[in-house]
Amino acid sequence: MSEHILSKDLQPKTNRWKFILGELKPKGKLLTPFNIISVPVILLGLVLIIIRFWKGLSSITNLSQEVPWGLWIGFDVVTGVAFAGGAYVLTFMVYILRMEKYHSIVRVTVLNGFLAYLFYAGALLLDLGRPWNVINPIIGNSFGTSSVLFLVAWHFMLYMLAELIEFSPAIAEWLGAERARRILKSLTIGAVIFGITLSTLHQSGLGALFLMAKGKIHPLWYSEFIPILFFVSSIFAGLSMVIFEGSITHRVFSHQLAKGSHKSHDQILRGLAKICSVAMFAYLFLKILDLVHGHHLSHLYTSWGAWYLVEIIGFVMIPMFLFIRGVKTGEPFIIKLASLMTLIGIILNRLNISVIGFNWMAVDRYIPTWMEFEVTFAVLFLEIWIFRWVLHRLPVLRPIEEVVKSQNIERS
Amino acid sequence: MSIDRREFLKTLGVAGASLSGVSALGKSKPESDSEEFFAILHDITLCEGCQECELACAVANSLPEPSDYPDSEIKRKLKPDQYSVINAVETSIGEVYTKQQCMHCAQPACASACLTKAMAKHVEGPITWDGDKCMGCRFCMLSCPFNMPKFEYDSNNPKIGKCQMCFSRITEGEIPACVENCPAEALIFGKRSEILKEAHRRILDDPSNYVDHVYGEFEAGGTSMLNVSPVPFEELGFNTDIDHKPYPELTKGFLYSVPSVFVLWPALLLGLREATKPEPENNEPEVEE
Repeated sequence: MSEHILSKDLQPKTNRWKFILGELKPKGKLLTPFNIISVPVILLGLVLIIIRFWKGLSSITNLSQEVPWGLWIGFDVVTGVAFAGGAYVLTFMVYILRMEKYHSIVRVTVLNGFLAYLFYAGALLLDLGRPWNVINPIIGNSFGTSSVLFLVAWHFMLYMLAELIEFSPAIAEWLGAERARRILKSLTIGAVIFGITLSTLHQSGLGALFLMAKGKIHPLWYSEFIPILFFVSSIFAGLSMVIFEGSITHRVFSHQLAKGSHKSHDQILRGLAKICSVAMFAYLFLKILDLVHGHHLSHLYTSWGAWYLVEIIGFVMIPMFLFIRGVKTGEPFIIKLASLMTLIGIILNRLNISVIGFNWMAVDRYIPTWMEFEVTFAVLFLEIWIFRWVLHRLPVLRPIEEVVKSQNIERS
Repeated sequence: MSIDRREFLKTLGVAGASLSGVSALGKSKPESDSEEFFAILHDITLCEGCQECELACAVANSLPEPSDYPDSEIKRKLKPDQYSVINAVETSIGEVYTKQQCMHCAQPACASACLTKAMAKHVEGPITWDGDKCMGCRFCMLSCPFNMPKFEYDSNNPKIGKCQMCFSRITEGEIPACVENCPAEALIFGKRSEILKEAHRRILDDPSNYVDHVYGEFEAGGTSMLNVSPVPFEELGFNTDIDHKPYPELTKGFLYSVPSVFVLWPALLLGLREATKPEPENNEPEVEE
């Protein structure tokens, strides 16, 4: 092979690297309110993480022998993954049931889901006491196949891969790699089917993690149905996140959106609200069944019972009715309010199981340190930074026309 | 690879059972499994609270010697570097002494929770911890119904500390250090079936001095650490709300449903996708993405 041909082959590649380097530069204003708040939080978070790995977990957390899992698992992982459930629900609707109406929001949802998993898996590493051994259950020198956590860990990894494949055509379009795009696109359906299967199992698997903590979790929240409850609630948790996140990105990135997309977005909101209300009804039904079936009614008269009712009535039942009302009137504000309340309800539910109702009989209660909250916010902000970086550059919110264009080329 | 029909129906049945939240399978027999396990009996009527067992434990495991004493005013706790604790408890018949340590369940929650098999149950009975495998997720601590594994939160190379029933001594034919050094003979060691027999014999021979309950015979499906007591175990602060079923069975239903979901879901999803396919018009290529 002569040098001449080689350099010719390399040419588009060198340009591509230049292009990527150019894209790394910040776009837009630097001194926005979000940046002013998030940058110090992220920097402080990094310092705290260094202290944590240097001095051990007790240096910045309030975890104890009785409470081995705290805010980082309860919020970052258990709640965060429920919020990321929108991706599997939407890919199911668009690629399996072919509901084309929702096609325009698939990419942004999958991206959101992928980043969520990436950062929550990252948060999981912060919580591991011996993170260098995280390789053990991966490379197979020590497979604990009887462990629910083994299943969840593997499903996390595989699902991240599936979501990356689902999103990869956007990366190929960004880089102008047409052949790669076609190959990656042909993998989409496989990744979607694999991804939905994995999601079913690990969304419920996150609940199954707490099955052996019987007797440690308050009986109002402990249930043999936890896996099913987690799965059902991940449907409306994920979709509420799609509604909530969509209402923000639509405002921030409105310049990227095609004309008339606001109208179609309202249509999408209405459809999602309908699904949410039905899923929430099913969830409520299961919850009541569990309450009666488990003979826990007497607990309702305690202060724990009042707290339980706040979660169930205030943040499941009321937002469900708001969703129904939003579907009828078509008012986006009501739907967005309902989605926000639903998200709060999911946070309450996941924390009630993993943190608040855990070890409920103990005298010494676990209260997270401010540093645990700080690191949680740092992880969250870092994720939003990456999310924003990608939205500014990749064809995520504005894929439809380009896709149609390229498909027209393919057809002709 | 073929799945015969019965096998398939069985899998389906398990999936259905797990969906309804009832674990149908997994009715294993802890007794036949654990009969040849070793066990330790702590006879609370005989224990004098001398702490010789604590001391022997510290020496055998190269841990710091305990510096405090049993006192009914305070509850001494297990620590990552203290695997066995004697507590004084004020009861209706006066002060008695309890021994707290890993119960070595026949079907342990911790070992089934461990995703790296760092917590391992051995055929001799002990459950041991392997630092080369453990990634420090603390799922064993969350799962253990007795809260026995302890974690070094203040270390950047943290270990899980708990009684290993002197595993290396047992494999060499010796008995655990605490049992060997008990001057009051409150601790005895042997095959679990024989130790259980002895425990019941003591209760039968002297029913006025024992309650009719061998703690650990059925708790969590049976454990290798057994206790007999002169007063009800609630009075001693033992957790008597422990299930009599092995704890891993709580997750068995879920785990058994995983393979069936992995087979059924993709087939169902592909079928749905085919079913929703629009009628082909002019052989147009399928619109994807």
